[in-house]
Amino acid sequence: MTKTEDKALKDKAPLGKVIVITSGKGGVGKTTSAAAISAALAKRGHKTVVIDFDVGLRNLDMIMGCERRVVFDFINVIQGEARLKQALIKDKRLDTLSILPTSQTRDKDALTQDGVEKVLNELKEEFDYIVCDSPAGIERGAQLAMYFADEAVVVTNPEVSSVRDSDRVLGLLSSKTKRAETGGDEVKAQVLLTRHDQRRIDAGEMMTIEDVLEILAVPLLGVIPESPAVLRASNVGTPVVLDEPSAASRAYEDAVARLLGEEVEMRIGNEKRPGLFGRIFGRSA
Amino acid sequence: MSLFGFSLKPRRPKTAQTAKDRLQILLAHERSGSSQVPDYLPKLQQDILEVIRKYMTIAEDDVDIRVEHKDDISSLEINIEMPTPEQKKSGAQTSKPAKS
Repeated sequence: MTKTEDKALKDKAPLGKVIVITSGKGGVGKTTSAAAISAALAKRGHKTVVIDFDVGLRNLDMIMGCERRVVFDFINVIQGEARLKQALIKDKRLDTLSILPTSQTRDKDALTQDGVEKVLNELKEEFDYIVCDSPAGIERGAQLAMYFADEAVVVTNPEVSSVRDSDRVLGLLSSKTKRAETGGDEVKAQVLLTRHDQRRIDAGEMMTIEDVLEILAVPLLGVIPESPAVLRASNVGTPVVLDEPSAASRAYEDAVARLLGEEVEMRIGNEKRPGLFGRIFGRSA
Repeated sequence: MSLFGFSLKPRRPKTAQTAKDRLQILLAHERSGSSQVPDYLPKLQQDILEVIRKYMTIAEDDVDIRVEHKDDISSLEINIEMPTPEQKKSGAQTSKPAKS
């Protein structure tokens, strides 16, 4: 991240790229990843907005730490009850980052394809990256989160049910999206492997990165190690990359660099267990 | 529990490899769409049962239908358990392979 690069970015017309963070299975780290990726993009100077598509079970606001600032939401905008500008929450840490929370009280039927498209088009006028945090499952909310995507990040744990669901979602990305239906370029899908635990892999208890990639046959965006930093960051409502440095935050920064087309060596970070001295002197990993 | 980082119990096979193997087999079927095939099986089973019943008395669970996939060949196997000779006069086991 260089200053000149940042400045140059601000002068250009917004890129308006839509990235969906999806997985099929719940609890694999979609929202954590959506928060970390959007914050890392914004940190690099790209104007970024992250949208919560999980109507009725909103959580992105908590992970981003703006839950007490929600007045209007995505659904209000779709239903014409509020203007987009009123619903967007500007992040207090990064002026390039905005959050569009969803409704906690409505259900998924409140999302309409036309409504979503209208909001996305309006956001494209202002933002470089529009990160869509998909709900779990493959129902309406998840379908609409991926429908207008240019790129997809499929969050996967090295575990059978997660890999199976990711495979299903990859199938949907190549058939049930606007790009697929209009015969344009395919949605560029990449796997983000989360909760990676090298010790368990060494013990033969966990599938390796190669195993998962061989099965899913899509490029690898990054490997996020199992890390106490993730829970810590969510406890305090800070995206992992804006919290104190950790193996997880470094892995997310690397993944975002790759998302932007940079060549970054795949380093498998491990959260080092602090030794006795480390623990005594409170040195953070 | 291991006390010093090793245990005296024999090492269990690596489960990660099992996970990978199971996924590869399952996804090969799901991707080819062959997992959709068994949808009509309950209906087929009912129809076969009705046809057989025209000729002999058999119970609901005497007809067993299964589909197996091996490489690029799928086989449909129908097993009908015949009534014992005391109940009826003749009987045979039917096994019918079908290419999908």
